[in-house]
Amino acid sequence: MKAFLILEDGTVFTGTSIGSTREMISEIVFNTSMTGYLEVLTDPSYAGQAVVMTYPLIGNYGITPDMESKKAWPDGYIVRELSRMPSNFRSEGTIQRFLKSHDIPGIAGIDTRALTKILREKGTMNGMITTNAGYDLKTILPRLKAYTVGDVVSKVTCQEKSTLAGDGMKVALLDLGAKNNIAKSLNDRGCEVTIYPAHTSAEEIISSNPDGIMLSNGPGDPSVCTSIIEEIKKLYHTDIPIFAICLGHQLMALATGASTYKLKYGHRGGNHPVKDLETNRVYISSQNHGYAVDTDSVDKTVARPAFVNVNDGTNEGLSYVGKHIFTVQFHPEACPGPQDSGYLFDRFISMMGGAK
Amino acid sequence: MPRDNSIKKVLMIGSGPIVIGQAAEFDYAGTQACRSLKEEGVEVVLLNSNPATIMTDKDIADRVYIEPLTVEVVEQLILKEKPDSVLPTLGGQAGLNLAMELEERGFLKEHNVRLIGTTAETIKKAEDRLMFKETMEKIGEPIAASLVVENVADGLAFANKIGYPVVLRPAYTLGGSGGGIANNSHQMVEILENGLRLSRVGQVLVERCISGWKEIEYEVMRDGNGNCITVCNMENIDPVGVHTGDSIVVAPSQTLGDKEYQMLRTSALNIISELGITGGCNVQYALHPDTFEYCVIEVNPRVSRSSALASKATGYPIAKVAAKIALGYTLDEIKNAITQKTYASFEPMLDYCVVKIPRLPFDKFISAKRTLSTQMKATGEVMSICDNFEGALMKAIRSLEQHVDCLLSYDFSELDDEELEEQLYIVDDMRIWRIAEALRRNMSYELIHDITRIDKWFIDKIAILTEMEHKLQTKPLTPELLKEAKRIEFSDEVIARLTGKRECEIHALRHEYGIVAAYKMVDTCAAEFAAETPYYYSVYGSENEAIRTTGRKKVLVLGSGPIRIGQGIEFDFCSVHCTWAFSKEGYETIIVNNNPETVSTDFDIADKLYFEPLTPEDVESIVDIEKPDGAVVQFGGQTAIKLTESLMKMGVPILGTSAENVDKAEDRELFDEILEECEIPRPTGGTVFTAEEAKEVANRLGYPVLVRPSYVLGGQGMQIAINDHDIDEFIGIINRIAQDHPILVDKYLQGKEIEVDAVCDGEDILIPGIMEHIERAGIHSGDSISVYPAQSLCQSAKDKIAEYTRRLAKSLHVIGMINIQFIVCGADDVYVIEVNPRSSRTVPYISKVTGIPIVPLAAQVIIGHKLRELGYTSGLQPEADYVAVKMPVFSFEKIHDADISLGPEMKSTGECLGIAKTFDEALYKAFIGAGIRLPKFKNMIMTVREGDKEEAVEIGRRFASIGYRIFATQGTADALNGAGVKAIAVRKIEQESPNLLDLILGHEIDLVIDTPPQGAEHSRDGFVIRRNAIETGVNVLTAMDTARALITSLENTDMQKLTLIDIAKV
Repeated sequence: MKAFLILEDGTVFTGTSIGSTREMISEIVFNTSMTGYLEVLTDPSYAGQAVVMTYPLIGNYGITPDMESKKAWPDGYIVRELSRMPSNFRSEGTIQRFLKSHDIPGIAGIDTRALTKILREKGTMNGMITTNAGYDLKTILPRLKAYTVGDVVSKVTCQEKSTLAGDGMKVALLDLGAKNNIAKSLNDRGCEVTIYPAHTSAEEIISSNPDGIMLSNGPGDPSVCTSIIEEIKKLYHTDIPIFAICLGHQLMALATGASTYKLKYGHRGGNHPVKDLETNRVYISSQNHGYAVDTDSVDKTVARPAFVNVNDGTNEGLSYVGKHIFTVQFHPEACPGPQDSGYLFDRFISMMGGAK
Repeated sequence: MPRDNSIKKVLMIGSGPIVIGQAAEFDYAGTQACRSLKEEGVEVVLLNSNPATIMTDKDIADRVYIEPLTVEVVEQLILKEKPDSVLPTLGGQAGLNLAMELEERGFLKEHNVRLIGTTAETIKKAEDRLMFKETMEKIGEPIAASLVVENVADGLAFANKIGYPVVLRPAYTLGGSGGGIANNSHQMVEILENGLRLSRVGQVLVERCISGWKEIEYEVMRDGNGNCITVCNMENIDPVGVHTGDSIVVAPSQTLGDKEYQMLRTSALNIISELGITGGCNVQYALHPDTFEYCVIEVNPRVSRSSALASKATGYPIAKVAAKIALGYTLDEIKNAITQKTYASFEPMLDYCVVKIPRLPFDKFISAKRTLSTQMKATGEVMSICDNFEGALMKAIRSLEQHVDCLLSYDFSELDDEELEEQLYIVDDMRIWRIAEALRRNMSYELIHDITRIDKWFIDKIAILTEMEHKLQTKPLTPELLKEAKRIEFSDEVIARLTGKRECEIHALRHEYGIVAAYKMVDTCAAEFAAETPYYYSVYGSENEAIRTTGRKKVLVLGSGPIRIGQGIEFDFCSVHCTWAFSKEGYETIIVNNNPETVSTDFDIADKLYFEPLTPEDVESIVDIEKPDGAVVQFGGQTAIKLTESLMKMGVPILGTSAENVDKAEDRELFDEILEECEIPRPTGGTVFTAEEAKEVANRLGYPVLVRPSYVLGGQGMQIAINDHDIDEFIGIINRIAQDHPILVDKYLQGKEIEVDAVCDGEDILIPGIMEHIERAGIHSGDSISVYPAQSLCQSAKDKIAEYTRRLAKSLHVIGMINIQFIVCGADDVYVIEVNPRSSRTVPYISKVTGIPIVPLAAQVIIGHKLRELGYTSGLQPEADYVAVKMPVFSFEKIHDADISLGPEMKSTGECLGIAKTFDEALYKAFIGAGIRLPKFKNMIMTVREGDKEEAVEIGRRFASIGYRIFATQGTADALNGAGVKAIAVRKIEQESPNLLDLILGHEIDLVIDTPPQGAEHSRDGFVIRRNAIETGVNVLTAMDTARALITSLENTDMQKLTLIDIAKV
């Protein structure tokens, strides 16, 4: 069946429908990872967005047990070609079936490179995937322009707290849309990880007496998470060591008076170089964010830049002055992507006082 | 870290002659590195014995030495030039081994020279089997159970412990020389003995056989600050068991999930960090197809063939960055030259798929086994880029120029199902064609996978291609079907064959439906950033990005495709210089080529690079977009020449000599007319299509005759026939492939062979020099030792040659290059045997030794300048003060069962140069450069044909007088002894021991001189002797002239001190 991708600027791509045939409107973003499509599909940070994969051959190794959460989150999925026959010893099925069973609408067979160039030149924009050949741009374009992502953290966070047993440090993980591998990375290092829903009060977390608090990644515009920011402010004022990733990093910055802004087309992929300003070492990182912390807005008496993006100089991490708090914009938990910055979990553990 | 300013003068060591396992990729890497160093103000001293390379140009390095790659030469050079540093990791294994030897001797330390880039300790850790194993064990990186052995007994004991099959890998050899898989103790002894001998350090690794696992490679970079990145990973379609150089390779990996991808990536970074490599490095893995188990196969602590491929596949200039790292820069300080925005400290992301196919020489070595194993056999490779795998595979296939354009090109339809299944076990260069046939017969993926171990994902892709064949054969050709066929890169010609239409109909249909190629950019970043460098590949059904244009006049330069015997790196040298010359004249330059190993496909050589097959259809699609003002075909070898007619049909003017005149030189009858007009004699002959016609001509001329197809390079299919039986056989071989052009049968003249390259502007003709071959006519010019200036010609012969050259160039209306081969009989009877109105193999060499920039001159002449206004005089130029000897280099030990005897068909893979003030010293240098370092044991074997006995006596006497003990077969021994030269008669190989073979296998023979009888009737005996000698590393000469040259050079071995000559000052 034919499908159409209609962009806010009126561009229309014609391709083949994949996954669900329902119509969807979302923000269109692109990801440049060459492997890890399943991790991307199940990363809660993609809630409220439709993802374009720039690598043209998707689904080659099928569906493996590598989901980063319980379900697929993107509003839509845009690819050049889906492999008709996956091959991998762990493959449990095809991506075609996966998209259908998770009710993700998508489009295949379009010139994803041309689409990526539009997003690069004009910036992230909204779009629609539809199978209705009789679409009417006049009515659709205003709807696309009006679309906003809104509060998606509430949609993706867990409903109840849960615990991964461990006999090391006790870590409270605030789930803002966390990828599984954050908890797993800590748990693998012996930590007992308690996962809290995003709207848990600071008091509840503090009263559980954790050795450290982990703020996770998550979707959407950080500035709309006003109530969570209020709770994070309270966490900041404790002496509990805190490590934050991505959205967690942005919220901590907002909680301490800095501001965030939307990047033209974001960073999504597994090849972004970030420099550790303490050692001058460069690490290749996994990234997925559309917003960034404005370095100039950071009060130097509160926090210092700890990491910077080598490509465009944007902020990639902060180290808080006089606090056991450090936060990064990129994803040390990888999945998908390079595992080079996994050492940051070790740094967090030693900040909490080392392994018990 | 900023640049280390104490590095001011760097010695770069190149990789020497092109051999299998070490080809043009090191010219590419070395050239890029030299330019990168010069950019930083470093003075570069270059040493490489290969004159055909671009890196040995004076534009590339400050001081250029085309001298043998030996420790003595490097030491002498260091004393002369006093560099402060040596950069050893960009000249392949040859350069690396030399640098290591100097380091081990303490020479570098003694003279305050340091190795920059990776340290000697690191190189040792990566290259020495035992140290490598210990290092891997230390960091917990798994390697296959293995043991380094230094004798056969230990090897056998270990193999018995871990069980057969086992893999054998000699330490410090090229392209897996001497390695192999042993399935039993018999094979074990055979391969191990040989491997121990070939290893520089007498070590061979015996290891658990992991054949059938997935073979994956990572290209990694690391700087002095410890920053690491991976440039690219690659997956071999052929599982472990086939050398990666002989495998079909895809980038990036296709069947690895992120877990496997990152697991191996992390491992590669751990390894490069532990080894402490600063620069580029390649890590090869075997990955179990059904688990996460993996083994590290090998680490190359230098740039390699794979890094050249990775550079071209991603756009990331590995050699350039490695050179900058050697100077002290860190990755985040080096700009990404493609985007000009980002830095070298990032990982390229591909939004396309790359396929590499090796170019194997079995069309040259018909008798050779086509089987592929851990010993590399390919002479070159092609690469293609597409947005789908099927398309990339199809494009790569038709780039090979081996009469293949789709998966039907090798026909296995006559096998029954059982035979086909049986043949699927054969691992050779036709395997994917057999798989395609199996799929056409609905053999299950399961079964094909079980037999071949090739991943089912690839099998399914091949199935998609065979399904398309079937659809085209059986279904109406709707726009949708045509569109889909073009998306997966079926050429118009293939579609025409399958649909029973004509190619022009398909072409017309496509244009009617608007199905045309679009071009996408290789930008390192999957379009995330805007890129500055126009490096394109074609796709169907997408938006075209190749729209940038400068408004300058545009010239299309056609490259020479994959490196093969007969068409090597020389033509890349010519293409690159032509491009630079046009660029200097203000043209916008466009290169089309498909060889990832070459300088011409580097991202900053031309204004635009199209990485595409060199077929008329592929070139036409580019022409449609670019609308060039003209095309240059005379520099890209036969590949480019063959496109002349098609380009004219497309309306592209051919710059330089017109197509019509190119044709005149190739068309026998037209050419005869010209010769007659010019009053130039040639050996008599005729043109034929069938064996009957050929026999008629041959008998009229009288045997021996030379038989060859027209329009070929490297003497492919050329043979000397001595009787009707030979004619039948040779014509049969030639006609195995349908001939568009007639076959030539000429009287064979045994005289001196002479070669001339010249530039003509329509009025004046510049002849840089006359080259004389050491071997008499009958041995292909590319396999002959060539001497400049000619040593044995009298003035009147030289005058005739110059005059004939002038007449021919004029009457063929040559504008640009012409190459002529002559035979001189007696003192000055000059005959023309071949005229090529294009650049030739000898152009780089003659340019370098005469100091005349022939290619740039030819390009300027083509543009319309006159030689006189460029400051050159007409005619034969005065002889240089130097004598230069070009020596062919062969790779026979790599190709099992190839006949090594020299004849009219070219067999050498590369060449080296000896240049000196005297002929003797030049010749000596050339032999040393070619790796013939004698004497060792002072034992030799002679077995010569009847007609050579007289000469054998003279040569034998000279060898004997420098102390050689001569063994000979009965007839030869009788002749020698009869003339007073002491020779020991030895039994023939079929006779009881001790016989010739025992002698050879005893490893105490320096040299075998074996001249086989002419004609097809080569004795099996001689073949076995020659093969065994080659495989045991004994030098074999099959022509008396070569033997004479060798003894002349050996008589002059008292030259302890060679004079090193800076070519840049010639």
